Amino acid sequence: MSLLTLGLLPLETGGEGYHPPSADDFNVPPLFPDVPWLAWFDKYMLMAIVATLLVLIFWVSMARKNKLVPSKGQYLGETAYFFVRNSIARDNIGHDYRRFLPWLIALFSFILVNNLWGIFPLTLLPTTSHSGWAYGLAGMVWIVYNAVGIGKHGFFGYLRRATLPSGVPVFMWWLIIPLEFFSNIIVRPITLALRLFANMFAGHLLVLVFVLGGEYLLLHGGSIVNNVAGGVSLVFSMAIFGLELFVQCLQAFIFTVLTAVYLSSSLAEEH
Amino acid sequence: MSPLELTGSLGIVGYGLAAIGPGIGVGLIFASVIQGTARQPEARGAMMGTAWIGFAVTEALAIIGIALAFVFGGL
Repeated sequence: MSLLTLGLLPLETGGEGYHPPSADDFNVPPLFPDVPWLAWFDKYMLMAIVATLLVLIFWVSMARKNKLVPSKGQYLGETAYFFVRNSIARDNIGHDYRRFLPWLIALFSFILVNNLWGIFPLTLLPTTSHSGWAYGLAGMVWIVYNAVGIGKHGFFGYLRRATLPSGVPVFMWWLIIPLEFFSNIIVRPITLALRLFANMFAGHLLVLVFVLGGEYLLLHGGSIVNNVAGGVSLVFSMAIFGLELFVQCLQAFIFTVLTAVYLSSSLAEEH
Repeated sequence: MSPLELTGSLGIVGYGLAAIGPGIGVGLIFASVIQGTARQPEARGAMMGTAWIGFAVTEALAIIGIALAFVFGGL
C-alpha cells in the first residue's frame, strides 16, 4: 500500500457500491505491518516526526548568522517570530512574556505544520485529526499553566486564585468554588483538545465527502445529471481545500492564543 | 410497511439542532465587528483579534456537537 492512498482508503474499496466516509477512515494501518515491534509507527507518527524536524531546521537556521541588514530568509523568520511574540505572547501575557516565548513558538509552529499536512498533496491527512495528538498537546498545556501558577503562588495560593474570584460574598462560596474549579481546571484542557481535534477531523471529513462522493458520482453515477454533479463537486472541493487552509492556520493561532491566555490567568495578581 | 420510511442515525438530526446556537452566536460576533468597524474604522485590528478568540470559543460548541454526533451515531 503506497503512502499516497493511505489517507483516501475508501477509494480502494470502490466499485462495489458507495461507502460514505466515516470515523473509521482515520484509523490508518501501521506503515510496516510485518514488523511487530513497529506497530506504533503509523502515518501520523511519521508526519509528526517530519514536522518536528522541519520546525527544528527552520528555527535553528533562522537563528544563525543574523545580520543587521536582513536577507530575504532572515526577514521571513523575523516576521514569523514577531507575529508570535507581538500578537500572541505580548498582547496576552503582558510584561512577563519573554519566559514563555520559546514554548509558545514551538507550540505554534508544531501545530501549524501538523495541521498543514491536511492540504499537503503527498499526505492529505492532518496529524491532529487523530484525537490522541490533540489530547497530548492539551495535556502539556494543562501541566505547564498549572505548574506556572503553583510555582508563582504556591499550591494553595494558586488553588484559591483559580477557584475563587475576588469579591465573591462568603455565602456564595459553596456555589462558586466548584463551578470555577470545574471550568478552570477540568473543562479548559478538554475544550482545548476537542477544538483542535474536531476542527481537523470535520475538515478532513468534509474533503472526503466532496472528493469521494464526487468521484463516485462522476465515474459510477449512471446518468448524465449525476456525472455533471460529481464533476461540479470535484471542482468545488478545491474551494473546500482553501477553506481548510484558512481553518488550519486559524486553529494553530487559536490554540497558541488560548495557551497564552491561560498562562496569563495563572500568573495574574489579585485585583 | 409505513408509507414514509426513513433510515439513518438520529445523531445527524441532533447535530443539526446543536448547530443552531453556535450559528447564531458566530453571526452576532461578526455583526458586532462590522458595526464597530463602521463606527470606528481605525479600531478594526484590535477588534478582529478579540473576535477570532470569541469565534473560536463559540465554534467549539458546534465542534463538540459534531464529535458527539459520531459518539452517539451508533446508538
